[in-house]
Amino acid sequence: MSEMQDYNSSLEDPNSRKFETFSYLPAMDAARIRKQVEYIVSKGWNPAVEHTEPENAFDHYWYMWKLPMFGETNVDAILAEAEACHQAHPNNHVRLIGFDNYAQSKGAEMVVFRGKPV
Amino acid sequence: MAKTYNAGVKEYRETYWMPDYTPKDTDLLACFKITPQAGVPREEAAAAVAAESSTGTWTTVWTDLLTDLDYYKGRAYAIEDVPGNDDAFYAFIAYPIDLFEEGSVVNVFTSLVGNVFGFKAVRALRLEDVRFPIAYVMTCNGPPHGIQLERDMMNKYGRPLLGCTIKPKLGLSAKNYGRAVYECLRGGLDFTKDDENVNSQPFMRWRPRFDFVMEAIDKAERETGERKGHYLNVTAPTPEEMYKRAEYAKEIGAPIIMHDYITGGFCANTGLAQWCRDNGVLLHIHRAMHAVLDRNPNHGIHFRVLTKILRLSGGDHLHTGTVVGKLEGDRESTLGWIDLLRESYIKEDRSRGIFFDQDWGAMPGVFAVASGGIHVWHMPALVNIFGDDAVLQFGGGTLGHPWGNAAGAAANRVALEACVEARNQGVAIEKEGKDVLLKAAASSPELKIAMETWKEIKFEFDTVDKLDAAHK
Repeated sequence: MSEMQDYNSSLEDPNSRKFETFSYLPAMDAARIRKQVEYIVSKGWNPAVEHTEPENAFDHYWYMWKLPMFGETNVDAILAEAEACHQAHPNNHVRLIGFDNYAQSKGAEMVVFRGKPV
Repeated sequence: MAKTYNAGVKEYRETYWMPDYTPKDTDLLACFKITPQAGVPREEAAAAVAAESSTGTWTTVWTDLLTDLDYYKGRAYAIEDVPGNDDAFYAFIAYPIDLFEEGSVVNVFTSLVGNVFGFKAVRALRLEDVRFPIAYVMTCNGPPHGIQLERDMMNKYGRPLLGCTIKPKLGLSAKNYGRAVYECLRGGLDFTKDDENVNSQPFMRWRPRFDFVMEAIDKAERETGERKGHYLNVTAPTPEEMYKRAEYAKEIGAPIIMHDYITGGFCANTGLAQWCRDNGVLLHIHRAMHAVLDRNPNHGIHFRVLTKILRLSGGDHLHTGTVVGKLEGDRESTLGWIDLLRESYIKEDRSRGIFFDQDWGAMPGVFAVASGGIHVWHMPALVNIFGDDAVLQFGGGTLGHPWGNAAGAAANRVALEACVEARNQGVAIEKEGKDVLLKAAASSPELKIAMETWKEIKFEFDTVDKLDAAHK
């Protein structure tokens, strides 16, 4: 058994802040993001992109990047919007959403570009 | 033509056995597994159960003639063999909706599983399933919020939620208890839970527990930036005391409270669920005492019926068994009652033990809670079996981590997210679970140690209550 390790998390350290689903895994690279976009499309959900300043990530409402991409099934087009949002707001968290209109909920929501911790 | 009065004992089947009856859409239907006394014909036993669970008494009484008993009576309309059991048979009984007070599972089950269960003509009796007509469902309050609204309130999407019951279950002081909660939540759990027998004992009265736990939630939220909760158990000796605790939980901003719906009682539960709807507090439901009712395959009430009772009475979470852990549960049967909790229309499916179509209309769904004897190695199977609309609760599997609760929580969170990500990528996670976890552990020392700690633990007792299957 290896030596006991301290759990490294505090109010002081902004890197302790998480942002829900998949935020306990290493940040996603392009290949992993693509797989999740494919999953959202395969489910028939409506993709959407939102972003926020990291200090406001706790809020329910983030800024919508344009409107949700209703009926969009082109994975490259969806990835391009996420990328465009990231380019426009490089310090912000950017999240990818799959709206499930039958469940009236989000079937998927994950941060695909992590902003600068504050 | 008016009937004449003849005193004395009549055969039940003359009145209550109606094989030509076609159930109405508004009828409440029940399937009983009946083991009759030796020498009692099936039709007579089925009719006797119909009679004793509706209008009948052991003898004819003159006041029967002052009402329209043919309208109000329960009707045994079909019998079937029980696969694998020659001593018992299934009896299907239809009850007119007017027999029951609106919105009252208390009233329905006082009839259906009342005196009839002690009735001498049957050796054993089990209520296997009940079809609630949509007309009756609409009179019930149901879950205070439901899956969709809870996801929105807690901001949890695209994955099962994670919880943990604080242990030791009895004896901690309120402040030490709050510490255990805080460590779990800062490590990445969404919820922690009072054990069911934590109410308000001398070692930890409810109010200081609520205060310290709320501080733990607040700090963990600020630290992680995620929404957190702890099921504050408001199960109490009296309804007045229960509401007092619920009111205080709301006052300090607790997002969720908890109740034991069987020991606390259906009346208390239905009232509390209505209160939760009115006050915007989520309601977690524990099921202490269920195994007394549902474990014996020949006598009692099947858990799928207890599941339906809870959905009508109201709760946002219900413990369902884990399939993979140390407690009872047959996989197909469990999947059946999980559907009954979460879906809006469930079709008859004997392979899952579901005897009737059940239409819930717009009644919200309930999160299935898998809790007991599970740890990170079970995660791939749990994600596969339960899907997203579940709360996976690792008690010992969090608190027993060699580095403490926060590390244990982080291990479970990493394992969960790795399994969900892999599932979304199309990986067969139950089959490839080991690879998924090993890969995730490469960047999580907490998970790596958890996997080393629990590798060898297995629970492989055979289940006692299996689905009825043919034996010849």
